[in-house]
Amino acid sequence: MSNPVLEARNIVRDYPASGNMFSRGEPVRALKGISFTLDRGRTLAIVGESGCGKSTLARILTMIDRQTEGELYIDGQPIDIAKAPATKAQRRMVQMVFQNPYGSLNPRQKIGDVLGEPLKINTRLSAAERRDRAYAMLEKVGMDPRHYNRYPHMFSGGQRQRIAVARALMLNPELLVLDEPVSALDLSVQAQILNLLADLQDEFNLTYVFISHDLSVVRYIADEVMVMYFGEAVEYGAREEVFADPKHSYTRTLFAATPRADVESIRTRLAARETATV
Amino acid sequence: MPLLEIENLSVSFDTAAGPFIALDKVSYRCDSGEVLAIVGESGSGKSVAMLALMGLLPSSATVTADRMEFEGRDLLRMPDAERRRIIGKDITMIFQEPIDSLNPCFTIGFQIEEVLRTHLGLKPADSRKRAIELLASVGIKDGAKRLSSFPHQLSGGQCQRAMIAMATACRPKLLIADEPTTALDVTIQKQILDLLTALQQDYGMGLILITHDMGVVAETADRVVVQYQGHKMEEADILSLFEKPKSAYTRALLSALPENATGDRLPTIAGVDFLSEGAKA
Repeated sequence: MSNPVLEARNIVRDYPASGNMFSRGEPVRALKGISFTLDRGRTLAIVGESGCGKSTLARILTMIDRQTEGELYIDGQPIDIAKAPATKAQRRMVQMVFQNPYGSLNPRQKIGDVLGEPLKINTRLSAAERRDRAYAMLEKVGMDPRHYNRYPHMFSGGQRQRIAVARALMLNPELLVLDEPVSALDLSVQAQILNLLADLQDEFNLTYVFISHDLSVVRYIADEVMVMYFGEAVEYGAREEVFADPKHSYTRTLFAATPRADVESIRTRLAARETATV
Repeated sequence: MPLLEIENLSVSFDTAAGPFIALDKVSYRCDSGEVLAIVGESGSGKSVAMLALMGLLPSSATVTADRMEFEGRDLLRMPDAERRRIIGKDITMIFQEPIDSLNPCFTIGFQIEEVLRTHLGLKPADSRKRAIELLASVGIKDGAKRLSSFPHQLSGGQCQRAMIAMATACRPKLLIADEPTTALDVTIQKQILDLLTALQQDYGMGLILITHDMGVVAETADRVVVQYQGHKMEEADILSLFEKPKSAYTRALLSALPENATGDRLPTIAGVDFLSEGAKA
């Protein structure tokens, strides 16, 4: 496809560091030139450890933070919020889902209002229409319309993450940036949310940027994978390539450190210990 | 004689809506030199069981057991003072959030030395020397310098190492690790798990590892207890658990792992009542 939903060229982000009394500190370079393109309906997974800059990148992609250098194109339009604020139309194209569904929903807001608020701010829909859309979206994400008048604390973690996904989809975005969306969830709930995301992607032809540190989840959901390390993209390519033939030593370290839950590796471990004790 | 033997441990909490049973008659056994993993999702009672053993539950909790023995000594009926000599010395515990489980107001050195002085009665000079050795044993090299660091000056992985140094200060016979690596990056997780198993082998300790991560279980455990909503669903050695899981719940958990995905959707276990299924099986 010739028209990528998201394109980043050499994105750099510096944060000013506090110096001492006599000098300004050297700025911290959180992103050292990140480039990628992402086509409609695809999923890019960004993997890395804490402090590698993956959340900084997410903040730039969602137009929360500005880049210091580099160009960002969303749906073909150049965006640099340091120079010109993003338009409403641009903002509604990109939505975000956060890691912790306990922290990302306002505890004093009913679910119906959580879902209606984006419409209230961004559209001229009447209250009745907003309500109808919220009901429809609740159903889409596998919730009950009866949940409309309830508060976040009445839901489990998985249900709250469904609500957070529903809120992100209210404005029919093109691109969803998901920052560790399943890492706070139990295994069985994680499976449900991953399925939901896959269903929604098929239905709305959504594009995902999926930030995660869990390689088994990445391997399952991603089309393309980018591995970040100290603000650099040390590995970027199609999922099969990256997993079959990691180029960078950090990627190999990461793969080796990931625990494997299969019978073969258990056998290997037990055998290794046998020989060690003999 | 097993190191730890708990029979029919139940824990219930008093709530406004009446007692809530967090753990329903679950038995555990752990031998010296063994790694026992307790696996389950949130609400399975895996942490509550070990907190009950440590006596760390709030007063709203009611703990009952037919037997709770450590090296053949009855923990339930012994005087509190005697129990306190075992807990924190022979049985120790580390927790999920290493930075939060250290006291932010005191240095790492003070907190490690406090253990040594309380349980072993070491003099300040000796406890300092021993604390440096302990930090070296958990892979912190510049121990003498690190002793005067506060928890916020260390990374999460370093704090967990300091916690492990504290927990192994008195050469415990049983170490309980409650999700010790959940808050850490994968590469750091690997280092901490390697450290825990190395110390466990060196000291011949029993290690009880509480986790929700099947990968961590597969990489470390000898024997596994699978829990679900306060009940034990299955107990098996590591290989049989992964090869031939007996309970429907374990099978469902393993099939929900993304790496075991076969189609383009993961099998989910929503709305299945594993408790009544287990009763039938």
